[in-house]
This record gives sequence, structure tokens and C-alpha cells, in this order.
Amino acid sequence: MPKSKSAYSVPTKKQKPDTYIFVVWVDNEAGVLARVVGLFSGRGYNIESLAVAEVDAVKNISRITIVTTGTPQVIDQIRLQLIKLVPVHKVAEFKREDKNVIFKEMALFKVVGKRNKIEKCLNACKKFNPVILDETKSSAVIQITALRREIDVMNKKLKPLGLISTSRTGAVAMTRGAKIFN
Amino acid sequence: MPKLLTGAEIVFKCLEDQRVEHIFGYPGGAVLPIYDELKNHPSIKHILVRHEQGAGHAAEGYARSSGKPGVVLVTSGPGATNVVTALTDAYMDSVPLVCISGQVPTHLIGTDAFQECDTTGITRPCTKHNWLVKDINDLSKIMHEAFKVATTGRPGPVLIDIPKDIQFAKAKYKKPNKEKKLNGKSHNKFSQDQIDELVKLLSKAKKPIIYSGGGVINSGPKASQALREFVELTGFPITSTLQGLGAYPGDDNQFLGMLGMHGTYEANNAMHDCDLLINIGARFDDRITGKIDEFSPNSKKVHIDIDPSSINKIIKVDLAIVGDVTSVISKINKTISKRKNGHSKSNKSNIAKWWEQIEKWREKDSLNFVNSDESIKPQHAVQRLYELTKNKDTYVTTEVGQHQMWAAQHYKFNKPNRWMTSGGLGTMGYGLPAAVGVQIAHPEKLVIDIAGEASVLMTMQEMSTAVQYNLPIKIFILNNQYMGMVRQWQELLHEKNYSESYSEALPDFMKMAEAYGCKGIKADNPGDLDDKIQEMIDYDGPVIFDCHVDPNENCFPMIPSGKPHNQMILGPNDQEENKIKGKGKALV
Repeated sequence: MPKSKSAYSVPTKKQKPDTYIFVVWVDNEAGVLARVVGLFSGRGYNIESLAVAEVDAVKNISRITIVTTGTPQVIDQIRLQLIKLVPVHKVAEFKREDKNVIFKEMALFKVVGKRNKIEKCLNACKKFNPVILDETKSSAVIQITALRREIDVMNKKLKPLGLISTSRTGAVAMTRGAKIFN
Repeated sequence: MPKLLTGAEIVFKCLEDQRVEHIFGYPGGAVLPIYDELKNHPSIKHILVRHEQGAGHAAEGYARSSGKPGVVLVTSGPGATNVVTALTDAYMDSVPLVCISGQVPTHLIGTDAFQECDTTGITRPCTKHNWLVKDINDLSKIMHEAFKVATTGRPGPVLIDIPKDIQFAKAKYKKPNKEKKLNGKSHNKFSQDQIDELVKLLSKAKKPIIYSGGGVINSGPKASQALREFVELTGFPITSTLQGLGAYPGDDNQFLGMLGMHGTYEANNAMHDCDLLINIGARFDDRITGKIDEFSPNSKKVHIDIDPSSINKIIKVDLAIVGDVTSVISKINKTISKRKNGHSKSNKSNIAKWWEQIEKWREKDSLNFVNSDESIKPQHAVQRLYELTKNKDTYVTTEVGQHQMWAAQHYKFNKPNRWMTSGGLGTMGYGLPAAVGVQIAHPEKLVIDIAGEASVLMTMQEMSTAVQYNLPIKIFILNNQYMGMVRQWQELLHEKNYSESYSEALPDFMKMAEAYGCKGIKADNPGDLDDKIQEMIDYDGPVIFDCHVDPNENCFPMIPSGKPHNQMILGPNDQEENKIKGKGKALV
């Protein structure tokens, strides 16, 4: 008895997807981000977060950090497809659990409320290097750097304390120790 | 001080330095400066098509049959959007194309100007790479890089979008960088160890099969030569994908015919039962694999491909060899020969039993059909066409559908680059313009488009191109008045509800031929068929051949949806038992 009924590959025993972080070095030219992002959307890969900026103004190199989920086979495909793009120089990928890599995101919280509420907010953020970027009698803008899920938690926690607006970056990554990616 | 050239002049300088002889195109406002420059470059001949899609497919036919990149020149907006189908087709089938499109002047980009569209945005997912030239000083470098990207590694289409003001602006011309001749070596990432491992697998195999694909064709004629040696050295059976036909002689005894959905019984069963599967330049397409879970369940799998992203994409393999087919196979052949001198041990005796089994499968004669004296069977028409043209060096293109599969099954190809068909994208309307391109590349050869009446109407206007340039292409239409493949699936999957698959009000192809100024031939009687085909071959000029065939014929054998290789439908009698049910319908 055939179980599947299609000439197209039917999704079979699905492996569990894991979260991976891709770091991609690209020529900083028009349309390069669209190429990378288009590859993800066109092939049905998922993007959880994305951070991109030029890191070498002389060589015109930008560094794109993408958080994505996928089975090992999909992750392999993402790497191989990325490296085929003409403006892509280098691709590295890491499992989120990788202890040798630091992942960080930054968030800005705008809190409106009385002084004691803002103090409470700052207190709650203590673990995540809070910096006050702007302060008035009734408001404050607090910057923190943390992991994605920690920011998720803070986002929830600060709501009752007067958080009215959140702005956050995608994750960026760097290896520990003296080594760099190849 | 070197002379300053206009953008339009630089375009042609580059084309000359890239040894381009033909471009397929259609003029329009945003490319007029380039068209104006055409007259100063007699070594480059422009072929005026009737629709930009036709230009793209013609360039594909040109490229596939000659091994050189096809060049397309179109205007902005609709010119560019019309070529998108052809670019996607070329991307799926790895055909090297360089498409140059005009664009509105730079200061108007983004203003919704007349005939403006985001060409690089639209073509980004269907090209290997594309460029919008914003600075005249980048033009020569980009042009040369475009040719390099299109033709190296796994070939494919590229597009260069050149705004009109850039075509007028002036700059110095830069010659292409003289690079060390790499001969594709930069793409070879394999080691002798891997070759040795493969040779070891070869010597141990008892039920091996070679499955070759379009990569062998793309690697050049030497690859086909090496493949033939390899098959001879090993004595292994070989099957081929749709795109790989011709790499190995179709009439050789070691060739099992095409595999896949409409492949032969012996090829598909051999794929299913083998213990060693060697994929050379193919990509485990879903029309080949059938049901993934039950695909060749007991075999060690080897994959030779130039594109690392093709490996393990669909089927996990045991040994992957990344490299150009020619280099890899030559290396394997050398290694085998060396070993043989040492041990003179061949495993041909090991696989004798396997060949016995294959011969048993062969006895099923799965391409068989019930011929008729009253109506022309389409398979019979293709067979007669083959018999009457096999002694000429014939080039065949096709459209997409039943006729395409019958052509692949019954026309035997002995040389690479003789078979041009739209496999990956399955573009109806590919064959006629592709034949135009093939004939341009090979003016003295016989070029036939085996067509269906529905497909050919999609790009019929290119007959006008054929007449203009005296291209004696033969459009051999298997006219069954249906979109045959659609009708076949409706018969098998949708209880014969032939929803919109019957073409009412078909044109009179004889009158159509007359209107275009070419010859029309009509055949509806099996008795006259040979004479009529001979008349077509002998006529020096383009011909539309309207071959009326049995409208109810289906294309067999067939792997029904949801079944593995060893459960094929063989002929009309076999159908009832293998009805496709339930969920499979949605997934075909």
C-alpha cells in the first residue's frame, strides 16, 4: 500500500528545525540585500531577524547577520545557495546554542510614567547594561543589549511599568577568542 | 589619451571581444542608441524577432546547439517583461544567455516613466546575476563579467540593464582581463581520493546504473566522449534524463532509454533495483525521482555535479564529487585504465546477471503502442520522422506536452547538442523560436520543431522571423486538437472531465503557412505520411507540417502520481488497475 500519493516529493518524516545564525559578507552595492532576502523568500526559508551594515568602508564590504530556522538539510542548502550569489564573498553559520559564539541584540524602550516607575524599569533591566539615552520628567528612553529571548521577556515585563514603544535590532554575532570566521 | 567611446559603442566593442556573431532582439525607445550603432559592426548580425519571448528562446536554441552564449537585446518595460519567461526557462535548464535591456534615463528611474519597469528587480530571481549600469565607467567591466558569469560553472542567464543616458555617455573602453586559462578548473573541487573511492564502488557493484543529465551536454562535446568511454570501460547500463539525451547514443545497446515519469520500463526498474547509482550532471528532478521515500531504496548513490547546491538537495548521496563532468569522467577513466593494467580485473562478469534482468524488463517493450491503418498514431509519426531523418545530422526542438515526450521516447539522438527542449520550466511555445536560433547557429543543417498545435500557437509569430531570414525550419505539428498532456491527466485524475483542454476554432495551418509565406503540408493518412515527410525534408525553406493524429492517444509508459519507479502504467490495458486516488490528485 503506497502511503504517499504524489509524484512531487511529499514532506516525509520531518526533522526538527533548529535555529541557526548566518553571517554573510557581501559587496556593499545596490540590490545586494534584495538578492539575499529574495533568496530566502523565493525558496521558502524563514528569516527571524536580520541585521546589516557596512563593516569595511575601504573594501566596500557589508556584513549581514540572519537568524533562521531549518533542518540540517535546509541549512546546508541556504549556505550553498548564498555562496552562489555573485556579490557574496563568505558565508558562516552557527547553531544558536554554539558556546563559542556571542549573539547580541539591542533594544530601545520608551517608558512614560512617574519617576518611580522609570526607576523600576531601570532596575528590571539591570542585567542587560541599561543606558538612559533621553530623560524628561515623565519619560525615558532606555537602551539594553541582550539575547533575543531576554528582550522578549523585558518587553513583556515593562509593559505594566509604562513601556509605550519598543525598537530593536536583529541579532549580530561574533566568535569568542582570537579566531575569526573563515 | 585613448579615445572615448559612447555606451552604445562600448556595448558592441564588448560583444566583438566576446566573439558574439548573432544577437536576437527587438528595438524600442530605450535601446535606440544601441540599435543606431549596429550598422558599424558588420561582424555582428542582428536577428529581428516578433516578440521578445521569441528572442529569448531563439537565443536558448542557439546556445544549446552551439555551446556559445546566446545574446538578447530588448527595450525597457514590456521588452524586458516579455523576456522574463525565456530567462526563467534558461535558468531552470542551465542555458547561458546574456540579455541586454534598455532602461529609461537614470534621472527618470523610479518616477514611473514611460516604459519604465524595475527590470533588475523583476529578473533577480530568474537570472544568475544582473546589473543596472549607473556609471558609464563600469559598463565594459560589467559586460565582460556578465559573459563570464553566464558561461562558467553551472551556466545560466544574466541581464544587463543599461539606461538610455548611459548609452549616450562616453568613457574609455576596457578590454576583458586576460585571465589564466582555467578551463573550468576553478570549479573542480574533487580529489583523487574521491575518484579512487568511486572506482572502488564500481568494482564492487553488482547492479549498477549510470544516470546522466544535461550537465554532460553543458560540459561540452568532450564530456560526451568521456562518458562513452566510461560506459564502455565499465560495461554498465546507462539511462538519461530528458535534457541529457544525445550525450550517449540513443541506439546503443547499453542505453536503456530515458528515465522518469515517461521513461522506459527498463530504465525506471533499473533505477529502483540498482545497488549503485551514478548520477552524472543531473539534479534528481521530481519528474525523475517519483516518490522520494521509495526512490532507489537499496543503492549507494554517487553524484557528480559542478554545482554544489545540487548535491543533497533532494536525495542524500553517499559520495559527492563536485566538478566539471569532462574533468571528473576523464579522471575516472584514467584511474580505471591504470587499475586494469595492474589487475586486468574487470567486473563485467559481476554484472552479467543484472544485464539478464534488464533484458527481461526490456522484453516488456514499454514504448510499444497499437498502430493503426486509419489514423496516424503520434508515436508512429515521430518514428517515421526519425527513420527518414536519422542519416542527416538533424537538430530537433520541441514544445511542451505529449508530443515532447513522444519525441524524447521515439527519436534517438546520437550526438550531444542536437536536442533542445524546455525541461525544467516546461514552456509551451519554446520550440519554434528555439528552432530559429538553432538554424541561425547551423544554417546548413536540418532543424525540426516537433510541436503540438496548442504550444506552437503561443509563439507562432516567429514564423515571420524564419521567413525573413530564409531559415528552412520545419514545424512538425502533431495535431490532436487537445492540450494533450492536460487531457491525459484529466482522463487519469479527473474522471475525464476535459475542462478547457479542447481547442475549438483551431486555425487552418495550411492557410497560416501561406499567410506567413512558407510552405504548408497536411497529412491525415498513415499511407501518405512518409511521402509527405520526405516532401517536407526536401523543401528548401520553412515548412509548417500539420500532421493530424489520433486525438485520444495517451503517452505511456507513465509513473502515476505518488508511485515509485517500479509501479508504472504500461499501456491502455494497464490503466484501470492503477487509478490515482485521493490526495495524489492535488499534488501532480
